[in-house]
Amino acid sequence: MSEKYKEIAEVICQEELSDGIFGMWIKTDKIATNAVPGQFVSLYCADGSKLLPRPISICEINAEKTALRLVYRVVGKGTKEFSSLRSMNKIEVLGPIGNGYTLKNNSAMLIAGGIGIPPMVELAKELKARGVNDITAVAGYRNNQLFLTEELEKYCKVYVATEDGSCGARGNVMDAIREYGLHAEVLYSCGPKPMLKAVSEFAAANNIEAQISLEERMACGIGACLGCVCKTKEKDSHSQVNNKRVCVDGPVFDYREVQL
Amino acid sequence: MNTKVNLAGVELKNPVMTASGTFGSGMEYSEFVDLNRLGAVVTKGVANVPWEGNPVPRVAETYGGMLNAIGLQNPGIDTFVKRDLPFLEKYDTKVIVNVCGRTLEDYLDVVERLGDEKVDMLEINISCPNVKEGGIAFGQNEKSVEHITKEIKKKAKQPVIMKLSPNVTDITVMAKAAEAGGADVISLINTLTGMKIDIERQTFALANKTGGMSGPAVKPVALRMVYQAANAVKIPVIGMGGISTAEDAIEFILAGATAVSVGTANFYNPNATVDIINGIEDYMERHGINDIKEIIGKVK
Repeated sequence: MSEKYKEIAEVICQEELSDGIFGMWIKTDKIATNAVPGQFVSLYCADGSKLLPRPISICEINAEKTALRLVYRVVGKGTKEFSSLRSMNKIEVLGPIGNGYTLKNNSAMLIAGGIGIPPMVELAKELKARGVNDITAVAGYRNNQLFLTEELEKYCKVYVATEDGSCGARGNVMDAIREYGLHAEVLYSCGPKPMLKAVSEFAAANNIEAQISLEERMACGIGACLGCVCKTKEKDSHSQVNNKRVCVDGPVFDYREVQL
Repeated sequence: MNTKVNLAGVELKNPVMTASGTFGSGMEYSEFVDLNRLGAVVTKGVANVPWEGNPVPRVAETYGGMLNAIGLQNPGIDTFVKRDLPFLEKYDTKVIVNVCGRTLEDYLDVVERLGDEKVDMLEINISCPNVKEGGIAFGQNEKSVEHITKEIKKKAKQPVIMKLSPNVTDITVMAKAAEAGGADVISLINTLTGMKIDIERQTFALANKTGGMSGPAVKPVALRMVYQAANAVKIPVIGMGGISTAEDAIEFILAGATAVSVGTANFYNPNATVDIINGIEDYMERHGINDIKEIIGKVK
């Protein structure tokens, strides 16, 4: 786990990528240079009535400019506030948090749904930089309001699934994998729990590795409050029960570790 | 300037401590806070055996506050003694261990286990609203408060703080019951039982349905109860409930709290405790206060 920093970052730019999905580049001091794909940051609201930090995944890292790209969906008042930020505005950030993906040299399939797609961009970028040539991304969306597909295409072959069938395969990411006959030696995944469950089953059936990124409601974001636990198959040495903390023990887990 | 306060013979370098359950055993926060600055670290509740806690979601935000229903997940006293206490020993701060249990025997088990450990005080949690057995069940009836306090006092080698629940009709009755049972100190308030419904999913925001409410939104209620309790008993009172700034802490001290605990504020400002300590010192300087004891309970 990398060291965490709490900083006041400056917004470089912000744009709406598709319906309710926003992308924001922020300039950090130390966070960006210490971040790896799959980690997240906590963003704090300026409005004091909204106390708790919002965990937001890291979409892209520009270590040279010490900048991070955060892509998020507006789902409530906190993310609504973030979406109103403009260039030069300030925002409190804590990060990088958690363990990211463990990058392997084997052929890779990045499977993500909805707001689980953003971390796949930096992951694809770094896998490619590492020399992994066989990288496939499968991105699931609700409808034709796609986002980040162009970014992903820079680094890998991208397949799309939409629930309404308006783009790519009709259905979810697993339908796309079946329809296009996709396979790889390592799966990297992020998205809703039912999707992660399906990815885990797919990995087990094919006897391949899968790293899945979980999401949970959290309060502190640094491992103290025990709000964001997930169930583990074995007793965890830190908690002494079958619970791990999503924030600092995850958010990325080997699918064999956790019970979804 | 003297910021030292005394709790049942234990001298704290300043009146600011952490609230149980919001700070772990300090390990996670030591990245952000110099624990040596704190009056005391109050640990997360520990039981005689590991507890799994409640299902998720365990936390939800409310306006100016939050709800939690962690359910006292803890690694049990064995791991705590082996891992957490040696960590805290490295720091120049007082160590207060919060003790939880399902039965009186569970509590006594932990209290006895800690007898020979380097622990300055014990805080007995008889006020957790999120567990079916133990917790609040001991804290809502004066006879039971007095009884459990008495039994714990028989075994405890360290001074005992009884942590009271605000979910009662008259806080002074519970405060007096703890005092009658021999408590050395009382601390309050634990969280207020609350609820939130997710109208999109049309279900409870917390898996436990109800949770304990905390944060700035509860502060006026907490302050009123601390004031009432401090005026009802002779033993020292530790005040808490929504304290997030030095001004909040000073209100509690003026209302009668000898020390204060900072809880939910740690979640959104990991350095809240030290910010508050600095702010109290500024206030004392501004008001020409030489000794913080001058203002404890000054507002009657």
